[in-house]
Amino acid sequence: MPRPGFVLEVDRSTPPTLFWRGENFSLEKLPAGRSRVIYAPEPLPAIKDVDAAIRHALANPIDSDPLKALMFPGMKLTIAFDDISLPLPKMRRPDIRQRVIEAVLDTAAEVGVDDVHIIAALALHRRMTEDELRHALGDRVYDAFAPRGQLYQHDAEDPNGMTSLGQTPHGEDVEINKRAAESDLLVYVNINLVAMDGGWKSTATGLSSYRSLRHHHNVNTMRQSRSFMDQHRSELHHSNWRMGKVLKESGPRIFQIETTINTDTFPAPFEFLSKREWEWGAKERATYLATTKALNRTPVKLARKIFHSIEAPHQMTSIQCGEVEAVHKVTTENVWKQQLVEVKGQTDILTMGIPFISPYNVHSIMNPILVACMGLGYYFNMYKGKPLVREGGVVIMTHPTYPDFHPVHHPSYIDFFEQVLADTTDPAIIEAKYEKQFAEDEWYKHLYRTGYAYHGVHPFYMWYWASHAMAHLGRTIVVGGDPRAVRRLGFTPASTMNDALEIASDVVGRSPTITHLHAPPLMVADVS
Amino acid sequence: MKGSQPLREMRLAGRAIGAKGRSMTMRAKRAMGSVGFPYRAPEVPAGVTVPEVPSKLEANYDTAWAREAPARAVRRIMQAGPLRLFVKVVADPEIDGLDRLADYRPGKDEDPPSLIFTPNHHSHLDTGLCLMAIPEPWRSKIVVGAAADYFFTTRFSAAASALMLNAIPIDRETVSRKSSDFAKQLVDEGWSLLLFPEGGRSPDGWGQPFKGGAAYLSARTGAPIVPVYIDGAGAIFGKGMKRLKPGRTRVVFGHPILPVDGENTRRFNERIEQSVTELGDEALSDWWGARQRAAERKNPALTGPEYRGWRRQWALSEHRKLGKAGQRTRQKRTWPKFD
Repeated sequence: MPRPGFVLEVDRSTPPTLFWRGENFSLEKLPAGRSRVIYAPEPLPAIKDVDAAIRHALANPIDSDPLKALMFPGMKLTIAFDDISLPLPKMRRPDIRQRVIEAVLDTAAEVGVDDVHIIAALALHRRMTEDELRHALGDRVYDAFAPRGQLYQHDAEDPNGMTSLGQTPHGEDVEINKRAAESDLLVYVNINLVAMDGGWKSTATGLSSYRSLRHHHNVNTMRQSRSFMDQHRSELHHSNWRMGKVLKESGPRIFQIETTINTDTFPAPFEFLSKREWEWGAKERATYLATTKALNRTPVKLARKIFHSIEAPHQMTSIQCGEVEAVHKVTTENVWKQQLVEVKGQTDILTMGIPFISPYNVHSIMNPILVACMGLGYYFNMYKGKPLVREGGVVIMTHPTYPDFHPVHHPSYIDFFEQVLADTTDPAIIEAKYEKQFAEDEWYKHLYRTGYAYHGVHPFYMWYWASHAMAHLGRTIVVGGDPRAVRRLGFTPASTMNDALEIASDVVGRSPTITHLHAPPLMVADVS
Repeated sequence: MKGSQPLREMRLAGRAIGAKGRSMTMRAKRAMGSVGFPYRAPEVPAGVTVPEVPSKLEANYDTAWAREAPARAVRRIMQAGPLRLFVKVVADPEIDGLDRLADYRPGKDEDPPSLIFTPNHHSHLDTGLCLMAIPEPWRSKIVVGAAADYFFTTRFSAAASALMLNAIPIDRETVSRKSSDFAKQLVDEGWSLLLFPEGGRSPDGWGQPFKGGAAYLSARTGAPIVPVYIDGAGAIFGKGMKRLKPGRTRVVFGHPILPVDGENTRRFNERIEQSVTELGDEALSDWWGARQRAAERKNPALTGPEYRGWRRQWALSEHRKLGKAGQRTRQKRTWPKFD
């Protein structure tokens, strides 16, 4: 029986705590008597017969006819799937998406459906490479559909590839992929890593355009989402649900397939990263020492390569399909079952180790803007109820924050860092002054459409993700980060954790309470 | 040292018949002809029946030694080195569908479940290809069902087959109680099996109907059947070929299958054959097309067209063009020299 999440009160006997530092990690001693560490629940048991579970789900959907009954010969079928940003790290082959899509295609073959298109729902993310598509969908699906032009990636800037379905009562434009909109049935295959994923966000975001996304990917919406993980208190969620209503009324019939995975995140020899430090045996301690010593002497490029080659042993814990909202309700419950940890009260200082990966730098570089987004956009928002850190509190992150950018994947990030952040770090001013210019830049559009670049507006969205935390916090400190890059982000650099605590004392006093989010594996704090 | 008695006898016999100037062979033959028991086998007296000594070859060959640690160590080296290199050079296999075995991969400190791999069979290369393609942990704990009347007829070939391939003799015509008990014992001990349900290599390049042995063993032991399709091996070293024609091959693994409730061996065998047929279609076209045809039961049969004679052979060459054997490597571009 897996153990639930756990909050450890740090005392004198507590061993030092593991902190991620990008492509490395360190052990830090937190002050006894006023610190606590939140550990994620252990991985839930996986479904034994995954293929049988998928077939059962397709035949017994929630609030919908079985998939087979929705299909007919001569129909237009479109299958959309979550892109490379999920799951993290990438999962071992076979990926869940492959297994689900193969089952859907098997059903389509039985019914005699010929007109099938498979679309990577990547919104404004970068296109996936052939290797990445093969990893997500398997060679069989790729080899059968890609050469025929029936497997491709969503292009939000294709002037002939988008269809407007109308507006929400709030005046939000709803625009989605034309092929998806004109299909008799749109099957969406999702992987729910966190509660924010899935539901109407799959289609209303994954298959939409900048025209549509700007209505919820903006500073105001992000500041009103407290947090993204808590659907009832997320403006981002509400906006997507309003768009979903328009999709339901004017769009194609949608059959949503949602899956959840457990928190089995690291394979051998990195299993110790998921373990509680006092349970490390001789093997784990030796592995930790050998790994950190080796990584200290490893060039960063090689270390990135090693870490991005990690394939997580994630396993499927549930699959449900049918009507979007009903399905997502069950999915969210299943995500909570795996990730929720009860935490009593807020803290003055929230510490977090930023790992090598975020949803937007798979096989790429975690640049300073993504570090900010990961810390203040994602980890800060891993709460339900109240933020883990009190208003006016401090966040301390550990990450080297090299001012390195992937020139192919993140071209607009470079200009954002050098031009926009040099001017101001205020998300509202950035939005008003620069967003349109980057979003409509023809060169960025060209790189997004034909290369492997994130859309020109993407670094803005990353910055907006952090806007709620920026407004909430008194200070953000980065331990071990490149001082120039950290200051450019508007944060305070510190050399050691003790220095950081000393700096933080200006804001939160000499004896602050400290909470460390021991992630990954991911968890969501239910703060009472 | 003095010569032995038979040689002295031979010399004496040679002198006696005046064999001067004749070849040594002739002289020896004549000498042996005059040598009697105990230097020759005794003649059986009339009216006496000598009880038959059971053969220790063919189906009776004891292969237990080949599953002991020393033989396994030797085999592991041979398979990882020379055999692998040979198969790579001669057949250059592309291996697909291993992800379909993902659910059967053992966890940490668990033994792998026994599986029965059932490929189509066109060439002696098939065994080497399978042993290269089957992933660990099954590869190092697999026994190969080999025709008792072909691989186990002499001591040397029997020992070589047992050592190199971990082969066990299988009677290809019938599944005897003894061999099925033996296979069950191996499965119970955690061994996986590689069986060729066609019973032998294809005589004409097309497949043959599957025999029910593998289906029966699966039903009896509970070990799932893994359908496997091998494409291209027949064109490299098919039955009747005297020389190897190196080329490319493809090995495709299917989803493991088990008999369903109430399914008899004959029906299960048909399902295994159908699975391999679908894999064959998948290997020669693409997965989606194969699934569409499978839904309509229109996958091209492994056994080829119904008609006989030259048209069947003609169709075979067309069939091979679709597969790996038909693919030619792109000619290297030669740029003109201007100096």
